[in-house]
Formats: sequence, structure tokens, C-alpha cells
Amino acid sequence: MSPNPHAGPLVSLWRAGRHVGGRWLWRGLDVDVMPGDRLAVVGPSGAGKTLLLRALAGLDALDEGALLSGADRQPVEDLPRHRAAVAMVAQRPALFEGTVRDNLRAPFEYGVRGGAVYDEDAGRALLAALGREHALLDQSAQALSGGEDQTVGLARTLLTAPRVLILDEPTAGLDPDRTAAVEAAVDAFLAADPGRAAVWTGHDAAQLDRVTKRALRL
Amino acid sequence: MSASSISLGQLALASLLLVVALGLSVGLRLGLTRGLAVAATRMVVQLLLVGLVLDWVFSTDSAVIVLALAVGMALLAGHAAVRRTSRRFPGIYLDALASVLGASFVVTGAGVLGVLRTDPWYDPQYVIPLHGMLLGNALTGISLSLDRFMDGASRGRGLVDARLALGATRWEAARPLVRDAVRTGLVPITNSMAVMGVVSLPGMMTGQILAGAPPAQAVRYQILIVFMIAACVALAALAVVGLAYRRLFTADHRFRPERLRDAG
Repeated sequence: MSPNPHAGPLVSLWRAGRHVGGRWLWRGLDVDVMPGDRLAVVGPSGAGKTLLLRALAGLDALDEGALLSGADRQPVEDLPRHRAAVAMVAQRPALFEGTVRDNLRAPFEYGVRGGAVYDEDAGRALLAALGREHALLDQSAQALSGGEDQTVGLARTLLTAPRVLILDEPTAGLDPDRTAAVEAAVDAFLAADPGRAAVWTGHDAAQLDRVTKRALRL
Repeated sequence: MSASSISLGQLALASLLLVVALGLSVGLRLGLTRGLAVAATRMVVQLLLVGLVLDWVFSTDSAVIVLALAVGMALLAGHAAVRRTSRRFPGIYLDALASVLGASFVVTGAGVLGVLRTDPWYDPQYVIPLHGMLLGNALTGISLSLDRFMDGASRGRGLVDARLALGATRWEAARPLVRDAVRTGLVPITNSMAVMGVVSLPGMMTGQILAGAPPAQAVRYQILIVFMIAACVALAALAVVGLAYRRLFTADHRFRPERLRDAG
């Protein structure tokens, strides 16, 4: 699905810059993430790809420029609300104490989601789609392999149904089958609502070709 | 001879007891001889000086001097509490000072004005020893809580980040750290209350009994001071963790772990 040029952006960076370690990683950057968008962020290691994702997700402050939200490009003021809508999955997601189920349920305890509750069936279905047994739900999140960590981290965010899904190398270290499962799950997530969008980074050019429609080069 | 007064000759006699420890150190080549001797000398000099200062403070009968001494003691405690932690952030000394000053003054004030109702209200015989005991315990509570909180924020920065990325407010993201830190600060006083009188006879009570007070009366003082200590440690730990939380989490729900530095 190509970006719909008639709708306004979901989230934007305006003349954005990050100054780290005495130099500008990127500066004067304009980014619009549109409904239906599948945007790849590419660039060499150390170009600040992760920092760009974190800026979009409202996790890091910009040194210059602004983070804007919605079609009317208003500066983001309520960061928890913004982060619930523009949700980033870290490359190595940190999992909370407790079982995998506790992890999937945790976001629904935050005030930003009002009364929304964790849906066990959706959780099981999502784990299955990501190629995992649902017995995983009862396992301690501290005893998982690196690949399982990534799956649970992704599922935890997908279940909250954000508008924009921000993925930092979501399949690094996964085998080809599980990689395909992650790509399919993100596909299904985007297909379920044309108003959604995804932003990816990765080192696998073939994958980025498959899963994204346009690229932002840093 | 009165049991409550000790002559300098008796003190000299008591110092011979230290020779046992020094002898062991020399005999077993523990390499502690110098350290023990220096520490013992410091202890004697510090305490004798404090005795002189307190004698003077008691004789001046001045509220200003008592208050100034109480503030000075609290400042030293706040400084020492931070010195014992392994990380720093801008404003940490101020936060520790504010916490120890606030908690100790509230609790000493409540104890002296509300419970003991001494006359005059600033009676140094009560204010200074009570305040000192509170400060010693608050110091430990603050350094433990602060250290735990900073450790959680530094090592657990991925967890905090994950909560924020999922839409948590700064308080929702920090609550586990805050709870852990305050609990850690309260561990020593909780543990010592549980065994008090059974495994340990508290120093203050022992001192009072040695000085001739009836044990039942000494026990009541001890219970009073332990309640005060528990309240003071709880207030101080909560305050310092709350202040540190506001340094590491901005009002617009950003986490600033880069404000933490290892203590040099």
C-alpha cells in the first residue's frame, strides 16, 4: 500500500537535529510518516538510525527542531499518549519481571489506555502467528532466549495496537522462518487498518525491500 | 563510688582492653595495627571534643545555638550519606541535605514538642542526643535508598525505557524503582527492631542503665527513640528518592539516565 498523499501525516519531524558527542548526527531533517506508510530508515552504523526512531517515538528530546503529531502537525505535548500511538520496539526489548503473560498485560495497566484490558485470545493468536507455542505465556520472561525476547517484545507492543509501529532491527538474530513470521505479522497488523504505518531499520537490504515502500537515508 | 561517673584513670584502664585487639593484630599479622590505633585515637579525640562542645552548648541555654548545632549535624549527615553512594547526579548533595534536614527536624520536633514536651522546648539534653540518633540512622537510610534507586535507573534503564515506550507516565515507569529503593532504605531499622532486646541490647538503653536509670524507664525511652528513628528513616528515604526521581525523570515524562555519573 502506498502512502495516501491526501491524508495528513501521523507523526512528523520538523527540521530535526541530534547533536551527540560533539557532532551533528543528523540535522535539518524533515520526516512525515503517512497513514499506510512503510518507511525504511537506512544508513551506515553510527549514523543515528536508532536515535531517529527514538525521536519519532518521543523517547529522546531533539537538540533542534520539533516532533509533531497528527495531520495538523501540532507539537507533541502529552508524551505518554504520543508513545502509546507511536510505539517503538527496541532492538533488544527489556522484559519485565514475571511471566510472558505478565509482560503482555503490563501496558494495559497504564493510565494512557483508559479501561482497555489485555485480551488473552489475541495474545495467544499473536504468539502463534509469530511462530511460538502459547505455552510460552506461562514461562518466566527472565528465562527466554534472545529470539524469544524479541518475539515477546514485539507482541507486547503489537497487542496495544499503536498507530505507528517503530521497529529497530526487529529480526536481527532470528532464523529465516521466524523472520518471515515477523514480517507476516507486521503485514497483517498494517493490513488490519489502512490508517496504520510502520518504520523499520535493519541491515538486510533484501528484507527492507520486501517490507518497506520507501527509504529515508541518513 | 557513683556508677554514673567515670574518672580519666578508669578510661585509661579501659584503653588497655584495646591492647587485646592490637595484640591479636600484631600476633596474627593482620596488618591492622596502625588502622586500629588511628581509629581508636580518632574516636577518643572526637568524643572528648564533642563532650566539651556539648558541655558548652548545655551551659549556654540558647535556642539559637542548639538549632545551629542541629542544622550543622544534619548537613554533615547529608554529605556523608552521598559520599557512601557509588553514583552521582547534579543536585544530589542538595537533595540529600534537604531530605535529612526535613525528616530529622520534623521527627525531632514532633518527639520533643509533641511527646516529651520538654521545658524549655530546645532543652539540649533531649534535643541533641535524639537528633543525633535520628541523623545516624537517616544517613544510612538515605545512602542505601539513593544507591539502590540510582542502580535501578542505571542498570535497569532498558526496563524504564520499555515502560515509557509502551505509554507509561514517568511515575508508572519509575514506581518499581522507587518502591525498591525505599524498601531497601528501611531494611536496617526493620531488621534491628525485630531483634531488639532479644539479640541486641540497644546502645542508648544500655548507656542509660549504666548511668543509673531504672531499666523500665530506659526501655520506654528506647521504644520512643526507635519509633522516632523508624519515622525519620522512612521520611528521609521517601524524600530523597522522590527528589532523585524528579532529577532523573522530567516533568514531560522523559527519562534522563545520562545525568547519572559514577562517583570518582
